Amino acid sequence: MKILVCISQVPDTSTKVVLKDNNTAVESNGVTYIINPYDEWYGLIRAIELKESGVASEIDLVTVGKANTEPVIRKALALGGDKAIRIDADSNDPYLTAVYIADYAKSEHYDLILCGKESIDYNNGTVGSMLAELLDMDYIGFATEIKIEGNTAIVKREIEGGEETDSCNFPLVISCQKGVAEARIPNMRGIMAARTRPLNVVTPAAIEPVTSILSYELPPAKAGVKLVDPADMDQLVELLHSEAKVI
Amino acid sequence: MNDVENVKAIKGGEFLIRETTAESIFIPEEWNEEQLMIAETCNNFLAQHVTPNLNRIDAQEEGLMSHLMDEAGALGLLGISVPEEYGGFGKDFKTSMLVTEKLGAGNSFSVAFSAHSGIGTLPILYYGNDAQKQKYIPKLTSGEWKGAYCLTEPSSGSDANSGKARAKLTEDGKHYLITGQKMWITNAGFADVFTVFAKIDNDENLSAFIVEKDFEGITLNTEEHKMGIKGSSTRQVFFNDCKVPVENLLSERQNGFKIAVNILNIGRMKLGGGTVGASKEVISMAVKYANEREQFGRAISKYGAIRHKLAQQAILTYAAESAVYRASQNMEEATDMLIESGLDEIKAKLKGTEQFAIEAAIIKVHASEVLDYVVDEGVQIYGGMGYSAEAPMERAYRDSRINRIFEGTNEINRMLTVDMMLKRAMKGELDLMGPAQKVAGELMSIPDFSAGGDEGPFTKEKKYIANFKKAILMVAGAAVQKLMTQLAKEQEVLMNLADMLIELYVSESLQLRVEKLVGLRGEESCKEQLDMMRVYINDAAEKIARSGKEALNSFAEGDEKRMMMMGLKRYTKTDDLNTTQARRNIAAKLIAENKYCF
Repeated sequence: MKILVCISQVPDTSTKVVLKDNNTAVESNGVTYIINPYDEWYGLIRAIELKESGVASEIDLVTVGKANTEPVIRKALALGGDKAIRIDADSNDPYLTAVYIADYAKSEHYDLILCGKESIDYNNGTVGSMLAELLDMDYIGFATEIKIEGNTAIVKREIEGGEETDSCNFPLVISCQKGVAEARIPNMRGIMAARTRPLNVVTPAAIEPVTSILSYELPPAKAGVKLVDPADMDQLVELLHSEAKVI
Repeated sequence: MNDVENVKAIKGGEFLIRETTAESIFIPEEWNEEQLMIAETCNNFLAQHVTPNLNRIDAQEEGLMSHLMDEAGALGLLGISVPEEYGGFGKDFKTSMLVTEKLGAGNSFSVAFSAHSGIGTLPILYYGNDAQKQKYIPKLTSGEWKGAYCLTEPSSGSDANSGKARAKLTEDGKHYLITGQKMWITNAGFADVFTVFAKIDNDENLSAFIVEKDFEGITLNTEEHKMGIKGSSTRQVFFNDCKVPVENLLSERQNGFKIAVNILNIGRMKLGGGTVGASKEVISMAVKYANEREQFGRAISKYGAIRHKLAQQAILTYAAESAVYRASQNMEEATDMLIESGLDEIKAKLKGTEQFAIEAAIIKVHASEVLDYVVDEGVQIYGGMGYSAEAPMERAYRDSRINRIFEGTNEINRMLTVDMMLKRAMKGELDLMGPAQKVAGELMSIPDFSAGGDEGPFTKEKKYIANFKKAILMVAGAAVQKLMTQLAKEQEVLMNLADMLIELYVSESLQLRVEKLVGLRGEESCKEQLDMMRVYINDAAEKIARSGKEALNSFAEGDEKRMMMMGLKRYTKTDDLNTTQARRNIAAKLIAENKYCF
């Protein structure tokens, strides 16, 4: 089985977002970048487990990004994967990203494509489903468990108010979330091997973006919590009335 | 010799008489991608396996520490600089220092880790024969076997060669029988392999033996109850006619003391790295707490008294780190040169380390005292919560204290610093006499009051540092002349001289680091680092002046003393500096980043 894992570079979760250029761009100076946790902890690690158990024979990693994303993709290679592909383009647009990846993947005949349920920067959560459509593959979203039995994937996924178990043949795209695998730490052997594993840069498909970002806005600062003495219900009522304006 | 060779050839201890260029030193801002990945692995390891379990670790939950060592071994962290042929990763000394630094934030775990990968593994790696290395190193590197080091005895601590443990050869000549009592043995509770020091028969010097826990005649005492690092296993180990095969003699008979000293040199420098790592973590906790804790309606990080503490913690830590990696790089370069000159790798490593034993002692003392300052103020910033075992500062405070005691007490290391410097001068390896006489001559001449003007951001500081060197050469030169052989017994003077040397080495390391950093990133992005350098050197001048004065008052007199006091004043004079504003700037950055960020 040949697996492709989609890897997205995202700002570290503790990043303080600073806007620039009249709120049309996000300042990248001073930002530490990481592998999107949903891609890493769940998609990539599950792919590695499948290779370790002999189910998968080959794992490729793909990212859409300029040269500055290479440290992150090499970090992913340190965890595992046979080779990486960097599609040399900047994209915040999920459709564009899906088209770029599909354009590369269509001739590679992957049996399984894994991605995170969303990236933690733009949180669109749509690359996986669009990718499946573009490649004419089946799609299961928000997986919490992936088992492979012969030529069938048995996938548990979260649905409104419960859980659903699907079975599906390959080729297949699955978007992953918590439960699919446990996070791992890159070991020394992997870190040293990452340098020697191929990282191929490919030219993106010629396509115009269909969306553009007009402006960003920071969320309003969180108001501080006010603690009210349990004995002072009058103050609580007063606050709910005059400040929170809910009663 | 051209300039490049000249720079590379800087010898241990030469910082007192030679200038170093910023380009020639290594600064932590130059870590490459792979090294940063390794550092991240260490951080993740602590965050996932160690930090959430600190209470269980300190309660010495059965098997937990040993399991954590297995996990570290599985990640490859126990064999960073072990050659690949023995299952390690063959990384350079700086990289293994980086791992020590990062894991240094792991409280008791970091002690177990350092003991295992340092004193538990290195004696065999550096002094073992091929068969010994093949047998023990791969298992120590993977973590399958854990290592410990048995040197200290109840009556022999700092005076290590006076140990009473004895080894005698059996009649059939196949075994040594070791009898003796060893104490404060880190990792003893779960170690599989012990490097044990004992004298064979009535030898003058120690020999070293590789002892497996299953050899007959080993008994472990119960765990010691300690002030801190409670999760680290520390026990007495009794050897009662412990039967050790003759092939387990490490190196040659009576070579044990040399082994002990050389391994300690590495351990001291590593301890510097580990305490820097712990300091950074403590500062991050302190900044976060100060940003969250509100009093009188504002976060306490908004108050000047707290800002001062945060800034000072960062200044000292950044300075200590500068010294750690400068010396690590020097050691590596010395080792490389020795290898190039034909020495085998292990011998070159030992000799390279030995060359920088002065710097190792300086770093051990300085960085351990920095951590003690950092945790002390950390408790203070936490206020009442700092004193509560519910919050992490209380543990950090207790765990820090041992660093001033083990790997040679800070007093022993201070004396060694001066002792080694003077011995090298006497052997002709270090020309202190010439420069010292030059300073003495300068004392009689008209002082040079040019503080350098404003030619560049480092002109002043370079001048100050050159003057610190003169101050030390003057006081040390006079001490040698006046006290002669008595100097070795005048421990207070030795402490003064050591303190002066420490401040010089760290000031210079910090100045060179910031200079190199400004060269890489530009002045605008290094404002806080420049402030840290200025404040540190400003304070160092005062410390050097105070130590020098104390020393001179103890042995000099009359006109000579008056002249030297004037010289000392001149050599430790610095321009006025608004240290309050500088510290505010540094603190502002820490507070905005909500962590140690330099």
